[in-house]
Order: sequence, then structure tokens, then C-alpha cells
Amino acid sequence: MTKFTFPQSIKSRPIYGTLEARDGSAHLLVADAHGAEAILDVATPEMMAKAHIIYIPKGEHFEDKLRALKPALFYSGPSYSAAEPRLRKALADARMGLQVYLTGTEGLMGQAMNAAMAAGIPHTAIQTEHRGSVARRMQCVHCKGITEDVETDPFVCSHCGLNLFVRDHYSRRLAAYQGVRVDAEDPGNVPEPKGIYE
Amino acid sequence: MSGAEKIAVTVTDIVPVNELVTRFEFKRSDGGLLPTFSGGAHTVVEMRDGDITRLNPYSLMSDPMDQTAYTISVRRDDQGRGGSLFMHTKIAIGDEMVISYPVNLFSLDLRAKKHLFLAGGIGITPFLAQIKQLERFNGHWELHYACRTQSLGSYVDELTSQHPNETHIYYDDQKQVIDLVRLLDGQPLGTHVYVCGPKGMIEWVRQTAAAEGWPREAIHYEEFLAPQPGKPFEVKLAVSNKVISVGEHESLLEAIERAGVDAPYLCRGGACGQCETNVIDYSGTFIHRDHWLDDAEHASGQKIMPCVSRFEGKTLVLDR
Amino acid sequence: MTIQFNEESFRDDYSFYNSERAIKRFPFPFHEDSYMYSVNMEQHRGGPKDSVYEKRFDVDEHYISEMRDRAIVLAEDPLRCQSLPHMTLAGWDLLELIMVSKSEDYPDLFELHRDGNTWRWINKPLGIDDTFTFLDDATLPYGPMEYITRQAQGDFAVLDQRDDNLWMDAGMVTTQADWSLDFDIGMNFFEWHAPVPLAHEKGIFVRALKFLLNIQQGAPARRLNWTMTVNPLLDTSPENYHKWGIQKTTLTPENIGAKQHLRVELQTFFRLPRSNALVFPIRCYLCSFQDLMTVPKWGRRLHRVVRDLPVELATYKGFINNRPMMLDYLKNFDDGLPTSPGIWPDLETEPPLQK
Repeated sequence: MTKFTFPQSIKSRPIYGTLEARDGSAHLLVADAHGAEAILDVATPEMMAKAHIIYIPKGEHFEDKLRALKPALFYSGPSYSAAEPRLRKALADARMGLQVYLTGTEGLMGQAMNAAMAAGIPHTAIQTEHRGSVARRMQCVHCKGITEDVETDPFVCSHCGLNLFVRDHYSRRLAAYQGVRVDAEDPGNVPEPKGIYE
Repeated sequence: MSGAEKIAVTVTDIVPVNELVTRFEFKRSDGGLLPTFSGGAHTVVEMRDGDITRLNPYSLMSDPMDQTAYTISVRRDDQGRGGSLFMHTKIAIGDEMVISYPVNLFSLDLRAKKHLFLAGGIGITPFLAQIKQLERFNGHWELHYACRTQSLGSYVDELTSQHPNETHIYYDDQKQVIDLVRLLDGQPLGTHVYVCGPKGMIEWVRQTAAAEGWPREAIHYEEFLAPQPGKPFEVKLAVSNKVISVGEHESLLEAIERAGVDAPYLCRGGACGQCETNVIDYSGTFIHRDHWLDDAEHASGQKIMPCVSRFEGKTLVLDR
Repeated sequence: MTIQFNEESFRDDYSFYNSERAIKRFPFPFHEDSYMYSVNMEQHRGGPKDSVYEKRFDVDEHYISEMRDRAIVLAEDPLRCQSLPHMTLAGWDLLELIMVSKSEDYPDLFELHRDGNTWRWINKPLGIDDTFTFLDDATLPYGPMEYITRQAQGDFAVLDQRDDNLWMDAGMVTTQADWSLDFDIGMNFFEWHAPVPLAHEKGIFVRALKFLLNIQQGAPARRLNWTMTVNPLLDTSPENYHKWGIQKTTLTPENIGAKQHLRVELQTFFRLPRSNALVFPIRCYLCSFQDLMTVPKWGRRLHRVVRDLPVELATYKGFINNRPMMLDYLKNFDDGLPTSPGIWPDLETEPPLQK
């Protein structure tokens, strides 16, 4: 499952689109796992001549295909955290007119968007396309810890151990959805976890 | 009451800047302090010219932190409806006037890592206040200012002497032109561009920046339209049940106000959207001149901005 | 007017109380016998004498205790007060607005002496006498927004205005109706209101935003909002919900009159001059059901409002489980007589309870 239609939700929940090639002085493309497919779909020779691709494979095998696009710069790294210094350097050196394309999981897109916004790009000018896992990056509203790749609702906070339900309320600044204790008014009464979109 | 809060002021100084532009200074008539404001704000000046009352917006150009006086610069428009001519010829030091509280429709984006200002002619005025504001807080800015001739370059000397590194002047008669593509291309990420000047310049900057991949949110512009004279026409105001005539040198909004009907407004220049009015019935042609409604709304015949737009035809019925 | 400040707490033993005067001036939020969202904005230019509308920033008997409670919250969780870097100027605007308003409106409690940029601020109730340089952050013990809002009741959201929207880019939030500044900071008007049910569909937020974007200097506005809280707890934050949520289950028919509180927010809106930002003070007033029932009109009306409120709203406001017990209590104060329009108690004209 690389493409998924998210159910309609509240207004803080991000809406992802389909990447399209835009005019710009340079192109920065950040992707993880199946996000590579969206890059393969949008890439043009003109774009690639001015493109920097930052890719986190997460066990997928798209690297050769991405390299074959002949981007001006290509990097493949083991995790977002490993790639982040390079991303921040690319943004710090960039000029106005840079086009940013983010694709893959919500956690990857959210964190890379955060870095691009900090560099001065309005979030509405950053293109996103979801591909691959629908797992969420969750913040525990109580202890503030982030739990990555959450697939069930409720789930256990990986920091404080509380049972949290998954809200659709989303913070761009934290690149995370909000998790709130599910059994606060009835301690111990935790519903059976099921998939977030089940 | 419509519009922003009012302040009674006295004209305390009038300085001719060049053959077209005159600067006016206002202080509070009661001797108190004026409100501070943010760079880019304007005030609406009430001009009582015999039976006619005109309300024209002018950018505040004085230091936003200076509460003792406001200054504005008025460019004489010999073809206009007479507001600027009234200021140039009828206003004397010591006159009492009424102006509005500051309203800002052209404010700085304070997140910007750099502010790039592009001014054309009298469009320099909001930038004068913004530059003072940014200087106070060590902001990063740069100005590119196009004037027709050296003698018509309002405040060029002041800018080049105080800010020689940030100020770049271009004289049309010396065929000096802003190299816009190159200028935009070299700006660091997080730069915001601001343009104030003639309509053509604003369009040129907006389109060029968009074509160079600049985000919409990083492009700021302000153009106040002065209402243009036109053929007189009649209007029925359905809510207040009145029929009014709009004179040749009067805007529809002014005619509505003259009839004693309260209508909301802020900028009176087609930009803020406050005076948007529903059309109930019409037979004729609208002359839309505002920046507020989009093309589809202009074509719909259902809305009009009475501050700058007019009508030619038999019947016009408005929801006022 | 001298205010007698209460010695009271908003946690642990909950010794909070309202004097008779405080009950009479409580901002009862229902102007009729039913409730639905509306853009119920009006100009904020004074109001009836001694009402909460009279001054720009109302100071009441809870002032000192509320400021003490705020300090406790901030010591436990400093993230309740945050300001993104571009909002510092707005913080100074807010400091000036509050200092000028309070020193003019309560000259016996607050004094502001300005000599150019050298300002001396005296806050008698809190025992503060500070001299600092206006617009120089280094001369205050906290940032300007934090400094002044540690001395002002209610929460403060400071909103940047750009791109035809408002952005929650700074705030002091310790007396909130279950929302997190740390989570919501940086969101626009529609995003931070995203969890509110029904109102988006009714176009409430589109109209409210249009109104707020056009609020001008010198012309502030206000509205009332409300929810329900068990115990007089100011800090009903999501951060601490795992601690206070359980209190909602402690209501009994015997204690509901004392424990169940109507929580009202007096929301005001001021344009800030130097930054062109908008400040949105959210002042929280609490009143127990049993105190509210001393006003016959409010007793009749509250029963009808709670009874007829749509399920979505009772759920969102967090009292759907307790609603049946609330109605069992409130129905005793509703004799079916008509009520006068408007929010005021009308003690002289409304008849006493007829049963």
C-alpha cells in the first residue's frame, strides 16, 4: 500500500497533495521509503539538473532508480536524524526561489517541513505527497515525549508509559499529532488497540 | 460609526518637498500624544471643502515611535477629484483637521530574515516609516527606489545620506532600471519583498517574483486607488429607502455618506474590503476598479466596492 | 474603590470562594434560554458600573490568589508561557497596554511613571516596584509578555496578523479550557480551533476571523464563552488532564451544588500598535452552581440551556457524562416562569423561585 486516501478530518490535520514540477532557481527533494516513487513520477531532466535529493530508504530499494535520474546532488542516509544536518545546511545556503518537495511518511514530511519553515519558507509553499506507511508521529501531551511510527489507537507512550488515544489535532511546529490519556476518567479502562484508520 | 476612530489634529507644518509633493505635519489639537503605529500604516484625512467632504488615505511616514506628531506626503494630482489639490492649495498651518487612527494594511512580516523594499515615486512614504521601525530594532533591509527625475526624487537625499549602504536609487530620465530578476535571484531564503508604487510597477514585481518561484506569502504590495471622476448616476438604497445621485467628482461611498446612510469603510482605496456592498438589482454596466473582489465577483453583478467603483446605466439598487 | 483580596486556592483544598459582590457581577454567559455558537462580538468600551465590562482589564478579589496559582503552574511547566522570536515587539505592546490601562483604571492599586523610555511600575497588591527601560528586554526579569502577564488575571494569546489570517505565535496560558499553548503555538485561526465541533460547518470561524482581522487601534471588542469545570480548578490543561480528569467522576447529588462550577471566559481583543499584532486576553471566571442559584433568573435559564444543549457541544465541553446529575439538581430551580432577555441578574424585577 503506497497510496492511501485519508478520511476527511479537522482543519489542523495536514492535507497532502500530488507533487508537481514548479519553476524555481533550485529544487530540494526529501523522501523516505516509498516517497521515492513520487520523486520518480515528478522528476524532469530540467528539474534534476538543479536538484538535490535527500533520501532515507528505510529498507526499500529505490536508490538506483533515483540515482539514474541524475540529480545534481544525491544523498542516501540511514535515518532522518542522520540526514538532518545536511538538510539544514542545504536550506541555509539556499536562495529565494528554491522549491521544496517532501514525500513519504507523515513523520518525515513533518520534520523536513519544520526545517524548511525555520529557514523562512512558508508552509503553504512547500509541496507534500504522502506515500507508504500511514503510521503517525505522536506527541504525548502530558510528558511531551515523541513516539514515532504509531500504528494503533490507543497506544502506549514510549516515554511515560501512559495509554494515549490518537487525536487528529496536528502541530506543524512539533511535526506530531496529539496523544491524550485515554483512561483519565476511568483508570485502567483502556480500549483494545486497533489500527488508526480501522 | 464607520471607519477607524477619529483624532482632532492641527496642521503644524507644511513643507514643499519638490514641485509635486508637499509634506504636512499634524499634532493633536488637545496637546496630547498621538497613538504609536506600525510601519506601513495609513491615516484617513477628512477634507472639508465647502459642501464636499473627502476622506483620503495617506501613508504615515514619520517615526512610528514618535507620538508628538504624524507626517504625511501628498502628491498633487491635477487630473484627480481635487483631494490632493485641496491639501496643496487650501490647507494652511494652524488649520484644524480630523484624521483617523492608524490602520495598517501593509505591515512588515516580522519573521522575515531580510526585508527588500521596492518603491516607485510617492510609493516611498510607507517605507520611510518601516525603515525607521527596522532601524530601531536592528532589522535587515534594503531599498530600491525608482524616481522620474532627480528633482522629483522625494527624500532621496535623506535616504542616501543616512543609509548609504542600503539605499539604491534609479532615475527614469537617466534610463536607470531596477534589474529585478537578478535582484530577486540573489536574495537569501526568508527574504520578503514589499512593493509600493504605480499599478504597473506592482504588477511587474508580483509577476516577476512569482515566475522566479517566490512564495505568495513573501510578496507584499499596497496600492491605494484614488476614486476617479465619472458620469453622474442614480442609486436606490433599498434598506434605508432612499434614492441618491452620485456626482461627477464624488465617489459612490461619499454619496451614500452624504445621504446620511452609515456604510463601513477603512481604506477608501479598494483594498481592505470593508465597504463591500451587495447589489440587489441593476440594469447597466459596472465600472469596477477595486483590488478586493475577484474577476468572477466583478462579472457576477452581485457586488460592488463603492469606495472606488462606479456605475453607468438605468437602474442600480444596493443593499444599504 | 478598594478591593478586599481573597486568601484562597485553586487546587488541593480548593478554598476558592466568591463574595456576594463577586456573584452579582459574575458574567453569566447566556442572554436567552438556549445556546448555540454565534459571533457574539461587541465593542469593549466600558459597561455598567462595577460589572466585569467596566474596565479594560478587570481586577477583582481573586487577583492575588490567581497570580500565585499562575506562578505555581509556571514553576511546574515553563512551556505554558512561550513567545516565538518575532513576537517580542508585540510583548512590549502588551506590557504598555496593560500598564497604561491598569494605572489609569485602578490608580489606587497600580502606578506607572514614564520619563522617556525609563519606566517605573508599581503594583501594590503584589508588592512590585520595578524601574526598567521600555523596549530593552535586558532590563526586565522576564520577557515583556511574561513579565506583565504574571501580573494580569486570565490567559493571553498574542496573535500575529499576516496573509489574511491570525497566528497564535505567543501566549501565557495557565487557566485554559483544555487546550495546550505548547501544542497550538504557531497555528492559524482555523487550525487552533480545529477541535471545536459544529462551528466550522456553521461558518462561525470564517465570520469571526473577518471581524477580528479588522479590529483597529483604539476600538477593542469582546465576547463571552463558557464551559463547565468540577472544582474551582483554573489549570484545566491537557498537560495535566491525566491528573484532573478523574475529578469529574467525584460529583454526587449531595456535593454537586458546591463542586460543579460554570466557567466563563471574558474574551477581549485589542489591536497592538507597534507590532500590528492582536492580543486576545481570555479571562476566566468561576462560579459554583449553588452560588448561581441565588439569582432566580440564572437558575431558571441555566437549567434550560444545559437541558437543551446539543450532544456534540456537551461532549466537547466535557460534561456529557455528568449532564443527567446536573439536570436533577438544576430542575429544582426552574419553575417554568419566563426570563428577561440579556445576561444581567435583574434581581429587582425577576420574581423569586415559585416552588
